[in-house]
Amino acid sequence: MPEQVKPPPVRPRVNDFVVKFANVNGSGSASANGMFARAIIRMGVPVAARNIFPSNIQGLPTWYEVRITEAGHLGRRGGVDLMVAMNPQTWDRDLAEIEAGGFLFYDSTKPMPPSRFRDDITVVGVPLTAMCNERYELPRERQLFKNIVYVGALAALLGIEVGAIQALISEDFAGRPRLIDANFEALKMGHDYVVQNLEPLRLQVRRADKVGDRIYVEGNAAAALGAVYGGATVCAWYPITPSTSLAEAFTGYCQDLRTDPETGQARYAIVQAEDEIASIGIVVGAGWNGARAFTATSGPGVSLMTEFIGLSYFAEIPAVIFDVQRGGPSTGMPTRTQQADLIASAYAGHGDTKHPMLLPADPGECFEMGALAFDLADRLQTTVFVMLDLDIGMNEWLTKPFEWDDARRLDRGKVMTHDELEAGADFGRYLDVDGDGIPYRTYPGVHPTKGAYFTRGTSRNPYARYSEEGGVYVDNMQRLLRKFETAKALMPAPVLHKAKRKTRDGAIYFGSSTGAMLEALEALEGQGRHLDALRVRGFPFADAVFQFIAAHDRVYVVEQNRDAQLRTLIVTEGEVDPGKLTPVLHYDGTPITARFIAGQIGSLMAVGSVIEAAE
Amino acid sequence: MTYITKPQLHHPGLARNALGFTRRDYEGSVSTLCAGCGHDSISAAIIQAVYELELPPHRIAKLSGIGCSSKTPDYFLGASHGFNTVHGRMPSVLTGANLANKDLIYLGVSGDGDSASIGLGQFAHAMRRGVNMLYIVENNGVYGLTKGQFSATSDKGSKSKRGVVNHDAGIDLVGMALQLGATFVGRSFSGDKEQLTPLIKAGLMHKGAAFIDCISPCVQFNNHDGSTKSFDYVREHNEAVNRLDVISPRAPIRVDYAPGETVKVAQHDGTVLSLHKLAELYNPNNRAQALGYLQARQARGQVVTGLLYVDPEAGDLHDALDTVATPLNELNEAELTPGAAALAKINAGLR
Repeated sequence: MPEQVKPPPVRPRVNDFVVKFANVNGSGSASANGMFARAIIRMGVPVAARNIFPSNIQGLPTWYEVRITEAGHLGRRGGVDLMVAMNPQTWDRDLAEIEAGGFLFYDSTKPMPPSRFRDDITVVGVPLTAMCNERYELPRERQLFKNIVYVGALAALLGIEVGAIQALISEDFAGRPRLIDANFEALKMGHDYVVQNLEPLRLQVRRADKVGDRIYVEGNAAAALGAVYGGATVCAWYPITPSTSLAEAFTGYCQDLRTDPETGQARYAIVQAEDEIASIGIVVGAGWNGARAFTATSGPGVSLMTEFIGLSYFAEIPAVIFDVQRGGPSTGMPTRTQQADLIASAYAGHGDTKHPMLLPADPGECFEMGALAFDLADRLQTTVFVMLDLDIGMNEWLTKPFEWDDARRLDRGKVMTHDELEAGADFGRYLDVDGDGIPYRTYPGVHPTKGAYFTRGTSRNPYARYSEEGGVYVDNMQRLLRKFETAKALMPAPVLHKAKRKTRDGAIYFGSSTGAMLEALEALEGQGRHLDALRVRGFPFADAVFQFIAAHDRVYVVEQNRDAQLRTLIVTEGEVDPGKLTPVLHYDGTPITARFIAGQIGSLMAVGSVIEAAE
Repeated sequence: MTYITKPQLHHPGLARNALGFTRRDYEGSVSTLCAGCGHDSISAAIIQAVYELELPPHRIAKLSGIGCSSKTPDYFLGASHGFNTVHGRMPSVLTGANLANKDLIYLGVSGDGDSASIGLGQFAHAMRRGVNMLYIVENNGVYGLTKGQFSATSDKGSKSKRGVVNHDAGIDLVGMALQLGATFVGRSFSGDKEQLTPLIKAGLMHKGAAFIDCISPCVQFNNHDGSTKSFDYVREHNEAVNRLDVISPRAPIRVDYAPGETVKVAQHDGTVLSLHKLAELYNPNNRAQALGYLQARQARGQVVTGLLYVDPEAGDLHDALDTVATPLNELNEAELTPGAAALAKINAGLR
């Protein structure tokens, strides 16, 4: 029976609320939920949608959180205004998560007694199972169409244009008219039920013009496309969540964009290797031989690759690693997000090593940095990491459209050619000719009598000849440090977000925390707390990072790991007084929220001002 | 230590091959292995093979892992690029190098520790992928560089120099390579240059994964009574199935008529392998029979040598991936980067 309890007589909240879908994975809810989010984007209203899923294929709880945000806050806010509770297993915790005054949508085929609800929320029941059982014969159809029926019902409750959903159905099922008709029917079934039996909710979506020309794409796909544009030809990988879809997207893009139109042959080579060690081995071999090569992995893969990464550092071989970070250590939380591989990646290897890292904040930057990484790896002749995380990598984000300048040329770095060798250039593989720590290299097979050298992980002199002389070793290690210094200027510059008022408080953040951080800054400003904020985008850190710290009395370092890894890197690399850097850490595996950051920094600042007043 | 370079002076009377190179042009640095090491004989056979095949040295890439055997690429083909990689991981690096440039000839050199222990997985997967290479394991059944520990190819029951008996079953890399789909599989003995040199020539010319297990006694740690990898043991138990000549299409064709005992195998690149059969009924084109023969002889304590299996029609990893003819490392920007117009289309599909 339809039921609707206590509609509070207030004006609707328009284009600013959070809907969370609680489902069972493997039930086909993902595509219906995705359609819900995309329909809102089609209405010109930005959304930020996130999958929260288990490490499992079928039967466990999974959630999909859609933030509808005309203001464009793409981070997580925290809290839920409307819970679409489709999973009895998680009923209690889902119910508890709803904000006071919020809404619960549920399948009322078997109506729940009021004792199973809260008295501070509005409950909306639609008998989804009963409706589907009546209309469909096959169990699979009953299950799948139930998802579309609730999307139709939600559209009516929230004011989402049915036409926007229908357009998406038509695009997604193009060429399969029977599927289109069937989905239209299910959509209408849910929509009609609400129109006939219920009132619209106090949460409403209204057409706006706030999406602009932005695209909606996963970070992994964006990074893979960046690798295509960056000229990567060799990809070797081993399946690991959450990086798998990066290699798969690269495969798809290469088939479309890198097939020779005349012969139909591949201008790329993709190998699913036997493990992460072989993956990076293939990348190092290809890099040594002059092809642009990469692997995509996550923390456990990086630890397996560590010996090779050390070799790449010392033997100076270009390689690109996309590390889509997840919750660690060990298998950790494979389907949850963290920024916890920073230290492991920055210093991966045995002996003294350090590696450049790029820190993208959204899919747009995944594309840019995905392409840039290959230039940097060739220029610096070393492993370059692109540090995504599950939140950026596996969720679709609204992001600026991809851009490419056709005049841009791939920077292949210092490669001595056949003609230069022929003309008598002095070739010393590890000779610092230009004073920037970067030597020249040759590709195998370049010249019949000149330019060949023997690559090894053991120490050698500038002409690549084996040497165990201490002085020769030290000179080489110092040159590698000079090279790392050179890398500084090549990294993307940090982004400064100035407070409206002059302040001695600052915050440093990076990657997927960006949306929540910017929103938290707004909230803090509303409380009269002003902070300058700096988004770090690369390692080694630009001088601007240390200047920023010097210019502030206290700097909050916001990151998604337990051990304040970015802070450790800053303290270590910049010899910064650790007392100046206050960690703000979120690491429960869910994406950081604006409320968390604002709450933490707000209370830390309040404590700080109490102490200052007392002193 | 391996930093001793050889003087480049050549005796004017040294013979030259068709490319004008002398045998000395295919040499490398002075070996730092122990005097009498079987590995040095293998290096000499590699030099002889490449000289005789008249290959330009710079078109060969030589890769190795870690260990005594893996040091040897420094001692031959000094004009080739070489890469002494990570222990047990040469196969993956070679695979990557091969993907980057299909036009070079790839020679992987490894040892029994490097390939049968730490690197067994990579050995297996490079074979089953059909990477176009010649992969030589210089097999002495012992860890020489760390002074005499058993390796995984040590036979069960064999004795170390210190008298310890090996309890673990030995891994036969030849049997594994056959099972894993290698398309050229041979075994030889470092002390048998007559057999080894043509086998290396044939392996270098083979398209696909070519594997040679070369027993190479360790004069320091595995050349005593009780070892099954000593010079004496291998000489006494060697059961050669055939003798091989490689006839390159560039060279005048020599044919050795030995009625009833010669099999000719033409490879993709035009080379002809002429096999003088020593063992009756041995057919090198049958993988299953090769495995059976190998095991039957092994049961009698015999070490079968020669070309055990070849598939002259074999393809390689590039064929499987259907890559373009141009080496991937030579593709230019226009061929690699789809451009702004293609990106605009992709953007449109993401709205």
